[in-house]
Amino acid sequence: MSLLISRRYFLKAGSVALAGVAAGPSLLFGRAEKDHPIFIAIFQRGAADGISMVVPFGDRNYYAVRPQIAIPEPTRSGDERAIDLDGFFALHPALSSLKPLYDEGHLALVHAVGSPANTRSHFDAQDYMESGTPGTKSVADGWLNRYMQTNSEPGASPFRGIALTATVPRSLMGPAPTIAMAQVAGFGIRGGPATAQIEEIFSKMYPETFEAVKMLRTANPEQYAPENGAEYPRSPFGQTMLQISQLVKADVGLEVAFADVGGWDTHANQGAARGQLSNRLKEFGDGLAALYHDLGDRMRNVVVLTMTEFGRAIRQNGSGGTDHGHASCMFAFGGPVKGGKVYGRWPGLATEQLFESRDLAVTTDFREVFSEILMRHMRARDIARIFPNFRAAAPLQIV
Amino acid sequence: MRLKALLSIFLLFGGSGPTQREKITHLLNRMTFGPRLGDVELVQKMGIDKFLDQQLHPGKIPDPGIDERLASLPSLNMSIAEIYTYYPRPKQGRAPNMAPLSASQGEPPRRLLEELQAQKIIRAVHSERQLQEVMTDFWFNHFNIFWAKGADRWLTTDFEMNAIRPNAMGKFKDLLMATAKSPAMLFYLDNFQSTSLRGINENYARELMELHTMGVDGGYTQKDVQEVARTFTGWSIEGPRRSGKFIFRPRVHDAGEKVVLGHRINAGGMKDGEMVIDILAHHPSTAHFIATKLVTRFVSDNPPDSLVSRVAGVYRETDGDIGEMLRTIFTSPEFYSSEAMNSKMKNPFELAVSAIRALNGTTDGSRPLAQMIAGMGQPLYQYQPPTGFPDRASEWTSNGATVERLNFAIALAANRIPGTTVSLNEPPQDVVTKLGSPEFQTR
Repeated sequence: MSLLISRRYFLKAGSVALAGVAAGPSLLFGRAEKDHPIFIAIFQRGAADGISMVVPFGDRNYYAVRPQIAIPEPTRSGDERAIDLDGFFALHPALSSLKPLYDEGHLALVHAVGSPANTRSHFDAQDYMESGTPGTKSVADGWLNRYMQTNSEPGASPFRGIALTATVPRSLMGPAPTIAMAQVAGFGIRGGPATAQIEEIFSKMYPETFEAVKMLRTANPEQYAPENGAEYPRSPFGQTMLQISQLVKADVGLEVAFADVGGWDTHANQGAARGQLSNRLKEFGDGLAALYHDLGDRMRNVVVLTMTEFGRAIRQNGSGGTDHGHASCMFAFGGPVKGGKVYGRWPGLATEQLFESRDLAVTTDFREVFSEILMRHMRARDIARIFPNFRAAAPLQIV
Repeated sequence: MRLKALLSIFLLFGGSGPTQREKITHLLNRMTFGPRLGDVELVQKMGIDKFLDQQLHPGKIPDPGIDERLASLPSLNMSIAEIYTYYPRPKQGRAPNMAPLSASQGEPPRRLLEELQAQKIIRAVHSERQLQEVMTDFWFNHFNIFWAKGADRWLTTDFEMNAIRPNAMGKFKDLLMATAKSPAMLFYLDNFQSTSLRGINENYARELMELHTMGVDGGYTQKDVQEVARTFTGWSIEGPRRSGKFIFRPRVHDAGEKVVLGHRINAGGMKDGEMVIDILAHHPSTAHFIATKLVTRFVSDNPPDSLVSRVAGVYRETDGDIGEMLRTIFTSPEFYSSEAMNSKMKNPFELAVSAIRALNGTTDGSRPLAQMIAGMGQPLYQYQPPTGFPDRASEWTSNGATVERLNFAIALAANRIPGTTVSLNEPPQDVVTKLGSPEFQTR
């Protein structure tokens, strides 16, 4: 009895859609039109410092609250200065590879975005952002999984929702079938001469897993080398971006991809234009820019959105770093994005303007961005189910 | 009439309970890293109570051969200063004396990680003190630190050997105090830099309450986080890159009065922080939080409230005695309920160790095995966030993970993992099928 339960649980939890498997490969490869919309979510785990990524140099308080770790104004000279965007905000110099996307009108920023919940716990805040239900812990599935549940079609590809992570992220957890794999290349049986025989046996135990294995083998995403001179960082994040690009090019029916990147919890020795945070941002920006250039024309159907659980305290702490804060910022880019603009209302950095007198206040609920992209770009059919008890303010019109 | 009804109810439900064999297998699945061939019979002969009693007193269990298996891992017995001497930072030239270094490969700090991983795997597979090993794993994960963060490459060995391991079955407060004063923790959560002069760093104060003691909904505020951070100013490391000793620096300690969870803290100096540890260790939220985590680990991903509140009660009555909480769990009806049996998903480490044990294998815990465990999603000592690896099935199941688990089963049964050998009593293919089955992924 208990064995049966666990077996069924295991199969279900790790399963991909059976529907349509019998229909043959052409249907399996997902939404019939090749131009279906794709959404790529990238989570910066650890709470990335929003006002270092997109610097509010026009706010006269910025340089006062961060005597050591502020990024120099764009009007200064040298390569440590921030890169002016609109006369008020500027990009961190380590993110310089994203500036061309902004200039082309395909990169938008959302500032002072975050959660209505006031938690400063990484775990809770990530949980809220990924469940899409800030303040409610009892919701078992993730917001991206609910999108997949409410927009599912018969014959959907098992590769509709993919996480390039070793385990399923909270955002994708739930009844709609998804796949998590840290390495596209490792997704298969390594059994030497006995591989076929072993696959045969395990195909019966894990039919859905092995349908996916076979499909991926046929599609062979690794055949796609970076195009348009795109250079991915050699780091794990860079290689993750490359693999997402390969999955998009392989036309496996990808609709939602998820990746995460850590190292943002900069309590100590954060650095300014150079240093710890700068190194993380360089890898981050270069990885995103490489994905953008590599996908080239295909970006017309792709929206990439970055997110982080909260921002960091406005004043630097006693160890050259920043403690947990509230609002941060997001990057959105792709063909459908109305870029070249910093979205959101700036709340200001004066003490009386701060959340609990210490953190950047949230003026845009993260669900406003999530829901707008799902509705306007991904054509979500039932946004009220994806974000229960949430009503968006006036649309930002990012896409 | 009433008696008859009762009797029939008894027959109906009592008759379908687990057999003694099933109970013992379940106990071994949870209290140990999985039964070896013959273990079930051994416990059957000895009796469950006696086995439980033995495991709760690991010092009394003879553990022949373990020292020999660990002999090639010299860093385990070194002080932090010795570790810095014999496993120097790269680019600093060779160490004055490389003699004690073992056969493990790679840069010196990398070898520290490999030795740490090897001892964990060796002990989990071969030690007779299984519950001690399970609890060492549990508490390390509870007080998780990230090996690759700066100086923690040299400090983590001391953290496991001297803070976690000796306190894994004792009083929770002793464990908490040991981690609070551990150079590895002081570095990982930045407290060594938190001072009254340059300003506080809230990192340790927050995780101390959220993850180590009260739990995120335990009833503390942002103000409490700041006040706790003030009490721990001056708790630091003497030469984090040399001797690596805990030190209290009175000069940078905030001597002003602090109020934590309604308590006035004015003990003075290092006693301020010790008083906070005492308050937190005796807080009812801590009893509840620790009980919930233990019951989740040993009973079910949906820990039954009834058992959690009994275990929390034991925590309060015994001053946080870990052994007594475990005894309560392992003798509870909830533990042996049908909902609990086989309901826990093995994480990759548990899967690998239980498979080697099931095949009466031996291992030196070296890099190839550690890498396979990492490939299944669990790089040992390298989980970055302070939450530790997850302990719920939903977090460990995915198609990608399934494929890697199958690849592990294939490599193990073919004896293709260098340093690890298993003995097969049936055709390799049958062994692979068993190890790869959904049933073997659970405990």
